[in-house]
Amino acid sequence: MKASKFLGFFTVVSLLTLNVACKESSNKEETDQTAETVEVADNTAEEAAEETRTGYKIGDVATDFSLKNTDGKNVALRDMADAKGYIVIFTCNHCPYAKAYEDRIIALDKKYKAKGYPVVAINPNNPEKMKDDSFEKMQERAKEKGFTFPYLLDDGQKIYPQYGATKTPHVYILQKTDNGNVVKYIGAIDDNYEDESAVEAKYVEDAVDALLAGKDVPVKETKAIGCSIKA
Amino acid sequence: MKLIFSKLPIFIAILAIVSCKEVSNEVVKEAPAPSPVKVYTNQDISVKAYEYEGLQYFLNRDNDTTYVINFWATWCVPCIEELPYFEKLNTKYKEDKVKVLLVSLDMRKMIESKLMPFLKEKQLKSDVIVMTDPDANSWIPKIDSTWSGAIPATIIYNKEKRKFYEQSFTYDGLETELLSIK
Repeated sequence: MKASKFLGFFTVVSLLTLNVACKESSNKEETDQTAETVEVADNTAEEAAEETRTGYKIGDVATDFSLKNTDGKNVALRDMADAKGYIVIFTCNHCPYAKAYEDRIIALDKKYKAKGYPVVAINPNNPEKMKDDSFEKMQERAKEKGFTFPYLLDDGQKIYPQYGATKTPHVYILQKTDNGNVVKYIGAIDDNYEDESAVEAKYVEDAVDALLAGKDVPVKETKAIGCSIKA
Repeated sequence: MKLIFSKLPIFIAILAIVSCKEVSNEVVKEAPAPSPVKVYTNQDISVKAYEYEGLQYFLNRDNDTTYVINFWATWCVPCIEELPYFEKLNTKYKEDKVKVLLVSLDMRKMIESKLMPFLKEKQLKSDVIVMTDPDANSWIPKIDSTWSGAIPATIIYNKEKRKFYEQSFTYDGLETELLSIK
């Protein structure tokens, strides 16, 4: 009886030891994996830092421009004397994402022009690279859709690189200040390009509402899939 | 009786060791591919659709293969232009543990009308999946912190190295990058 008790005790002890050993080995593997992930993340951060960032960051003063509108007249930001700021949107004719947002861009202008934040749309694409984005096609599209805002051609593709736009649509919200037009938001219009009714976050509206209320913009930068700009 | 008791601890110990080994084997072995949110089929062509959660698996595989992941869409002109280079790379390095995966970002409403006919016509040799997560702001930075969201975009990675490219490639440029990582 004593012997069996001892054996039972031995069994329990040996099992515990094994369990601990087993756990330790799997814990070690987990730790190793975490270390690997961190290393990868570090590399990415380093690479990002190495790359020279072009274009505007939040808080930068954006350049004004004078670009040809679809009505043939040039438009500059300074022309809109009553504006408190601008919703500058790099967009175009051909891109499916740009098309998906056309009606929402019109709605933004309707809602915010009267409040002091008009939409200013700029087509950054080189028409020689993308026939659908020619000045004539821009005129057609503006007429068809009844654009209520200027739709400008970035002739020679000089303005979009200064802003740092990489795709269409790409939004820059500027606030007019004594020091110039300050960049307050960069990114997407909202969080669902394909289904307006499923949108949960209206980034541009939230940003402009905040600026109008004298508040800080809640989400200052967002990312979205878009068509790369054809220069 | 005594014999059984004396053998019991050894038996249990062996059992424990075996089960312990099984657990660690599972850790080493790669997890199975996640199930897609939807499978699109058009006669002999079928494409699996994933949201970001499922896509992650394809971007972080831990084995001896070097993966070339290209984000593209049928509507993206520069993407279509460089697609043959990815196909060529996939064929040329087939025996050298290199795999190309084409991740289509076609909108859901365009999958049936544009993507499937395109795949049927082109008969691509590389693997194709489709990413249908519309909340891009949540997943673009997770794929790469430097990605603005413009396509084409490409990742080349293996278990040791990883590089991200927001650009178009020539065939030579793509091959050079592959060889710098492989």
